[in-house]
Amino acid sequence: MSIETISLSGRKKVVSNKDMSFVERLYLVAIVKGLIITVKHLFRKKVTIHYPEQVREMSPVYRGQHMLKRDEQGRENCTACGLCALSCPAEAITMKAAERKPDEKHLYREEKYAEIYEINMLRCIFCGLCEEACPKDAIYLTESKVLVPANYNREDFIFGKDKLVMPLEMAMKNAQLKNAN
Amino acid sequence: MESAFIIEKSVVIVVVFAVTMIMAMYSTWAERKVAAFLQDRVGPNRAGWGGLLQPLADGMKLFSKEEFFPNTPNKFLFVVGPAIAMSTALMTSAVIPWGDRLHLFGRDIILQATDVNIALLYIFGVLSVGVYGIMIGGWASNNKFSLMGAIRAASQMVSYEVAMGLSMIALLMMTGTMSLKEISLQQQGMNWNVFYQPLSFLIFLICSFAETNRTPFDLAECENELIGGYHTEYSSMKMGFYLFAEYASMFISSTIISVLFFGGYNYPGMQWMVENVGVNAANLLGIAALFVKICFFIFFYMWVRWTIPRFRYDQLMHLGWRILIPLSIVNIMITGIVILRHDIAAYLGF
Repeated sequence: MSIETISLSGRKKVVSNKDMSFVERLYLVAIVKGLIITVKHLFRKKVTIHYPEQVREMSPVYRGQHMLKRDEQGRENCTACGLCALSCPAEAITMKAAERKPDEKHLYREEKYAEIYEINMLRCIFCGLCEEACPKDAIYLTESKVLVPANYNREDFIFGKDKLVMPLEMAMKNAQLKNAN
Repeated sequence: MESAFIIEKSVVIVVVFAVTMIMAMYSTWAERKVAAFLQDRVGPNRAGWGGLLQPLADGMKLFSKEEFFPNTPNKFLFVVGPAIAMSTALMTSAVIPWGDRLHLFGRDIILQATDVNIALLYIFGVLSVGVYGIMIGGWASNNKFSLMGAIRAASQMVSYEVAMGLSMIALLMMTGTMSLKEISLQQQGMNWNVFYQPLSFLIFLICSFAETNRTPFDLAECENELIGGYHTEYSSMKMGFYLFAEYASMFISSTIISVLFFGGYNYPGMQWMVENVGVNAANLLGIAALFVKICFFIFFYMWVRWTIPRFRYDQLMHLGWRILIPLSIVNIMITGIVILRHDIAAYLGF
């Protein structure tokens, strides 16, 4: 058995270069066949998702926009340790730490907090490594359907704390839900 | 000439003009819908129900776009180009019989703008003027590539006109008349010419694809081979006119195919309808039958567009000169032999 005829998958096809017959060279049969194929598609089910009305269903492991979490008392979890920035393969995260003042105990949980926390959304690849690296459960990738809203300026794609930190009302609601349970 | 006749003819002309325009307008919509459906998409659905107002929106967009004139030596010709393309496409509708006759206000109204006895010759004459629209447009653009696109389109149209004319001759030998009215009348019942002249029909169909610059012969305006073809420098409604002319001529050529080969306004049982239901009802149904045939061919144009890939230029010329023209000459000879045999048989009394 020569190497040319071995087919391990069983799907091997030998290319034939035989001349076309007269009927084949007329192409009319081939054209009619093609027309039948295309007209079948006329009656097929359309695959379009009507975007603004319908949104494509996301997979269960989908990761959306980031959120910096607060605890039940509304304090920010982040302690600006920088592990998320370290784990980020795209170098998207930067932050600047600051020390908590005595009168800010209701704002930040730890003694150190992130004064500036920025994620460059043009670089972020939504891999979720920051979420896994965080020891304080501070950064989460939500299931938000909006990944990054469109914008005219590149600067607007750098998300600061104003866009990332969980709204206070949401933290309150979460706390209430937890108490109710 | 009596005034009633003038009024009658002007009404017919205005209606035919309006119908041609509306059909061309909605062909653009249908094209997009058919294209979408053949590709498992939905197509335009924002403007109006099912996107039915899309042609109006397109028109509004084209009218409000900036008018751009290249630094051309002759601005007049630049404007005349699309106008010629458009008017030749519309002029052909004058000789087409849309139906037999309607009996209204005690008069017989012939549903045809004018019944010239050389209608076919007239159609070929007008069609060949259409080449000027493309050629002038390409030349006046003052752009080498547009000119090359125009020359390519012109040579394509001229070449296929030869084969088209020759394929018609076989039909003319059989019908013995050039009047579209009489050709329609001869096809009463199911005596459609396509059954007697299938080869002639095939050649005519292929040639009308080339004449209307539709895929697979749309080398005139292909983007990837010669930038935009002859209308690279055109913008706003002047560009729209060229595109619109394509759809208008598509409608007209579908009509001519239906009239010449598929019995025009005739449908099986028309004679029975005239005798039992009345002339008006029978002819209204006839107009509807004609439009069904036309719509099928317009759909066929679109259907083919999404099936067959574009021809290469040398393939196009090869098909035109070395296949279609000899084939139509052979067809003429066969028709001649058949007619001769028939005549001799009649003469000898068989």
